[in-house]
Amino acid sequence: MQDILQSLLLAANLVLSGDSDLFEIIGLSLRVSLSAVIYSIFLGLPLGSLIAVGNFRGRQALMIVLNALMGLPPVVVGLVVYLFLSRSGPLGWMELLYTPTAMIIAQVILITPIVAALSQEILSQLFEEYDEQFRSLNVPRWVAVRALLWDARFNLVTVGLAGFGRAVAEVGAVMIVGGNIDHLTRVMTTAIALETSKGNLALALALGLILITISLLVNAGLFLVKTRSQKQKFG
Amino acid sequence: MGQALHHPNIGPYDENLLPLVIESAWYDVGGQNLINGLDLRIESPDITVIMGSNGAGKSILLRLIHGLLELTSGAIKWGGKATDNRLRQQQSLVFQKPVLLRRTASQNLDFVLKLPQNRRLKRGPNSSTSAQLLKMVGLHDKANQPARSLSGGEQQRLALARALATRPKVLLLDEATASLDPASISIIENIVLEQKALGVKVIFVTHDLAQAKRLADEVVFMSRGRVLEHSKATEFFLHPKTEVANAYLSGTLSVEETHQ
Amino acid sequence: MKKVLAILSFPCMKTLFCVVVVTASQVSYANDRFITLQSTTSTANSGLYTAILPAFREETGITVNVVPVGTGQAIKNAENGDGDVVLVHAREAEEKFIEDGFGVERFDVMYNDFILVGPGSDPAGIVGSDSASMALHKISVSGSIFVSRGDDSGTHKKEKRLWDDSNIDPISDSGRWYRETGSGMGATLNAAVGMNAYTLTDRGTWISFSNKQNLELLYQGDDALFNQYGVILVNPERHPHVKQQEAQIFIDWVLGKNGQQAISSYMLDGQQLFFPNAK
Repeated sequence: MQDILQSLLLAANLVLSGDSDLFEIIGLSLRVSLSAVIYSIFLGLPLGSLIAVGNFRGRQALMIVLNALMGLPPVVVGLVVYLFLSRSGPLGWMELLYTPTAMIIAQVILITPIVAALSQEILSQLFEEYDEQFRSLNVPRWVAVRALLWDARFNLVTVGLAGFGRAVAEVGAVMIVGGNIDHLTRVMTTAIALETSKGNLALALALGLILITISLLVNAGLFLVKTRSQKQKFG
Repeated sequence: MGQALHHPNIGPYDENLLPLVIESAWYDVGGQNLINGLDLRIESPDITVIMGSNGAGKSILLRLIHGLLELTSGAIKWGGKATDNRLRQQQSLVFQKPVLLRRTASQNLDFVLKLPQNRRLKRGPNSSTSAQLLKMVGLHDKANQPARSLSGGEQQRLALARALATRPKVLLLDEATASLDPASISIIENIVLEQKALGVKVIFVTHDLAQAKRLADEVVFMSRGRVLEHSKATEFFLHPKTEVANAYLSGTLSVEETHQ
Repeated sequence: MKKVLAILSFPCMKTLFCVVVVTASQVSYANDRFITLQSTTSTANSGLYTAILPAFREETGITVNVVPVGTGQAIKNAENGDGDVVLVHAREAEEKFIEDGFGVERFDVMYNDFILVGPGSDPAGIVGSDSASMALHKISVSGSIFVSRGDDSGTHKKEKRLWDDSNIDPISDSGRWYRETGSGMGATLNAAVGMNAYTLTDRGTWISFSNKQNLELLYQGDDALFNQYGVILVNPERHPHVKQQEAQIFIDWVLGKNGQQAISSYMLDGQQLFFPNAK
């Protein structure tokens, strides 16, 4: 109990004192995970749309695979990415191991299935509603997809949030491919793991509290934006 | 054979759509014959009202006519041609429950007006804008309201405006006024009559006997996935030929089981 | 293609596209001259690198990116070419690394020692044992819990050798009184704290570890507990991308006067953690 109180004080102190190491780590965490979310949206949204609207062989199988991949353990993703980016791996020549880019790649692999599967679910639901009307109006498929994406955009924000939540909270993948190098690839979660292993439990918990707060702020902010604009425009 | 539809707004395809001929049509779902060897020939360019109790297959027939569903066997032909995208382009269907995009009323109309195949409409001499369409259905002051926040009646009027945005030669309505407010019903009926006057072929599925009497030029009465009667409206309402129709008109028949 | 462009014209997509370009262009690296050092959690967690590397950087302009993992993994990573220099503490493994052609030459850098820590009440009575292996023998006989790294690290390798000397095979009791965490030194110490158990640790990590609670240093001083760190340049013939020049500058520095002095002057709680012994 005392540890937790101590952590709260420590967290407040770190934030208020403007600890530069802390802000560097927070900044990198946000940069890596937000980039990963954006790339995942680029990959996952078209994939999700394709499955939602498409009518092709293997659609069911693809859905099952995606849903299974949603539960990928980060450490496995990290290991696979390591094997590819390692100097002895097929992509070793790109010199990406132990860089923020490697961390983004691992997180993109981790959360693209989430973005694809969740957006597919949202879009399928909307498509089911619109489908007959769209066919009656002879709406071309690509126009239909655009309409679905546009009309579901507020719900799709939630998908992005789910992806961001998983990305920013995982430690297994970024630890392996980033290496937890100070001032280069150290993010919130690897810093927490490091402080825990040093026995600095209060500091580790303080960092955890800050991470939760950031996550909370991001969620609350987007939630506000979402409900506001939804209310204003779309009842 | 049938007579060409006169349409004041010259459409993209100047084709004979009538007669609509349905021959030994079957439609099965899960072993149930929802349409049961149905034959029908519609030649009248005026308003055809399809009646029958719940489960008679009216809505399914309308979707088959529009090409949203495919027959298990049999044939449906408009002026000798099967329904395809090109033919469907000239028809509009107003569903019982309007499906509106999550956008404002006018954006819902713009969506249809801006579809690639409809862009041409905008340049025509009689083209309508979303504002004109909204005015026609009495929603000009609600242009910027979210469509899904409108009342049931307003939503259906918007759906009708959208249906007319494509300048169809055939207007299909599937119980489009069921449980709406009287004002909306009256607006919709007036527009339907106007469209008939403009030469649009109207097929109207309804439950509402009074409405059928107000609108129908001819009546198709269905039961158990078949056409039991097809006659002039006056004739049908005064002298129904079958027991079932008689029972329906006197209000003692409401729901029927479909054939197994 | 037209359709793809049409989807791109989607306003939301445009914004996304811009954001991606921006984030992608942000990816740049702090310093052009850097080397990657595969090293151990014991050296990194003790704060040694934070203490000595700034001086090296000031002198040479070279940044050292330390990847802190167990000795086993550090060597494995280096074999894959994912590092320029290795600084670890498991002599046999280091020699094998060179023998297999992955490393150039091994140099002694510094040493400290391993110690046995455990609950202050010392239920196995290891205080004052004749030797480290005797202490381990007592632990096993008393059935007290012993937490092992179990991760093929330098510390783990040392521990296994000590068990061999005591003629006890703890693996057969793995999961009962002998518990392998498969984690780093810090995590293993946390586990020992949690289970009120004995464990083997290097002195540096122990001194810098802040969650000791009931654990105390119970046994030290046996020659067998000597903990030698060595530094090796990853073989550029095997991995041509190795930054041989910068890496050699680092090795020369850490073995030279300035580096050795920096190591000996690193103190924590008034205690010296590592003792330089480069020849």
